[in-house]
Amino acid sequence: MPVFSPVEIAKTQVEGVQDYARLAWRSISNLFGHPRYFADTVMQADLIGVGSLPIVVLTGFFTGAVLALQTSNTLEQFGSLSLTGQLVSFSMVRELGPVLTGLMVAGRNASGMASELGSMKVTEQIDAMRAMGVDPTKKLVTPRVIACTVMLFFLSIISDLVGLAGGWTIAFFMLGLDSNQYWTTAYQSLKFGDVFMGLSKPVVFGFLIASIGCFYGLSAKGGTQGVGRATTQAMVAASVLIVVSDLFITKLLMGLIPS
Amino acid sequence: MANVEAIEKAQPAAPAADNRVLCFENVSIAFEEPVLKGVSFELHSGKSKILLGAAGTGKTLILKLALGLLKPDSGRIIVLNDEISSMREEDLYEVRRNVGMVFQESALFDSLTVEENVAYRLIEETGKITDEIHEKVLEVLRFVELEKTWPLSPAELSGGMRRRVAIARAIITQPEVLLYDSPTGGLDPVTSNTIIELVVKQRDVYKTSSLLVTHRLQDAFTMASHYFDRDQNKMVPVPPGKTLDVHTTFVILRDGHIIFEGTATELLRSTDPYIREYLS
Repeated sequence: MPVFSPVEIAKTQVEGVQDYARLAWRSISNLFGHPRYFADTVMQADLIGVGSLPIVVLTGFFTGAVLALQTSNTLEQFGSLSLTGQLVSFSMVRELGPVLTGLMVAGRNASGMASELGSMKVTEQIDAMRAMGVDPTKKLVTPRVIACTVMLFFLSIISDLVGLAGGWTIAFFMLGLDSNQYWTTAYQSLKFGDVFMGLSKPVVFGFLIASIGCFYGLSAKGGTQGVGRATTQAMVAASVLIVVSDLFITKLLMGLIPS
Repeated sequence: MANVEAIEKAQPAAPAADNRVLCFENVSIAFEEPVLKGVSFELHSGKSKILLGAAGTGKTLILKLALGLLKPDSGRIIVLNDEISSMREEDLYEVRRNVGMVFQESALFDSLTVEENVAYRLIEETGKITDEIHEKVLEVLRFVELEKTWPLSPAELSGGMRRRVAIARAIITQPEVLLYDSPTGGLDPVTSNTIIELVVKQRDVYKTSSLLVTHRLQDAFTMASHYFDRDQNKMVPVPPGKTLDVHTTFVILRDGHIIFEGTATELLRSTDPYIREYLS
């Protein structure tokens, strides 16, 4: 018997993708059936949305600030320091706001979901739930997926805003730019396509974070070590998929809505 | 060792053919190695079956198959007239509502209180704990003699208390079939006896059909030689000279097959060398 079988490994990977696709589909299709766990969804929205607010605000603010600081040198060389607001606004709304918020929420919540559901799996609580006639995908997965998708949308908006405020702090206090000029260029330079792109990404990222966190949690096996492994894998997979899907969404939307 | 005389007096009546609540027909399942190979047996209404066998022979697997938590590779499993082996997961939830299960490690939801755990199925239907549900919870907790624990969390309970709460959770909706997975595993003899008394009480008071997995022969024979006396409100041995139906039979698994199925008396009289060694 071979120690290393590429066929077996490939089969396992394909099965994994198939199981994930099935879970992701059920997390959405459950919305059209009963029961719906509204209270659980609100509770998850609080945990994910309000709970992630501090890290999202901090990340957004300092990213906007460092963006203004880093680009000021280059802009000054071309005598375009006044475009700082536009640059920060473009970068935050189209790209950095959604991606960094997604990565922060993935780090905090994909791992949290995987460890919570993984612990329930290895202590037979998931089986107990099924044994009592309750569908774990309806009770546990769908509320998390919906809450994460909706909350990441709003968290990204907050991140964009505080990012712009961070850029303004640097522009006003260190670069000596006029406040009115900064906010006017930041606001006027944004077009529908930029905002649409910035608000589409968090919807996809939120879905990926929660569905991947739940998938790894529900697939956990092998006691506490298995839960630890599932937690790490969930965070890594969610983060990588955010970055990869970001490229494809950007390319797709640039084609659909030209600037 | 078991009270042989009491066991011989405690004979199960012959089951009627049409009142089966659980049926395994030629069920096989394999993981890396075959675990069950063509297992067939029936459980009739109001009867109890005790599954015995060495570790790894597939006893817990049978309970999980009976609940539809796992699918067999071949064979049919019928629970309460539904062939669950061919049902979709979404359709199984309805069948499972009529079956209660007590898991080996209790499997209580650690983020919920004892009351929320016990009332879990009822809360699913109503969405909240009503006064009626609270009363029902207290009633089943009284049955397992843990009435005062309702506001506590599972972490505040001992292992034996958690098993009793798990029993309360399983019986709150009075299911037609109860599955017990080593309910006394890892417990001291006194606590084990308390648990077995609850199992016997459920069997004799509510006439619930049950399938029980255990490693403790003493518990199995206690079930086969005792009944629950409502007047004394406790489990008592079948009196000498009296024949009483205790509705309990035994199944022994070995190497994926059922090597014995019958009453306690037949088990004690078996000449099979493996069974003799197992009982010794």
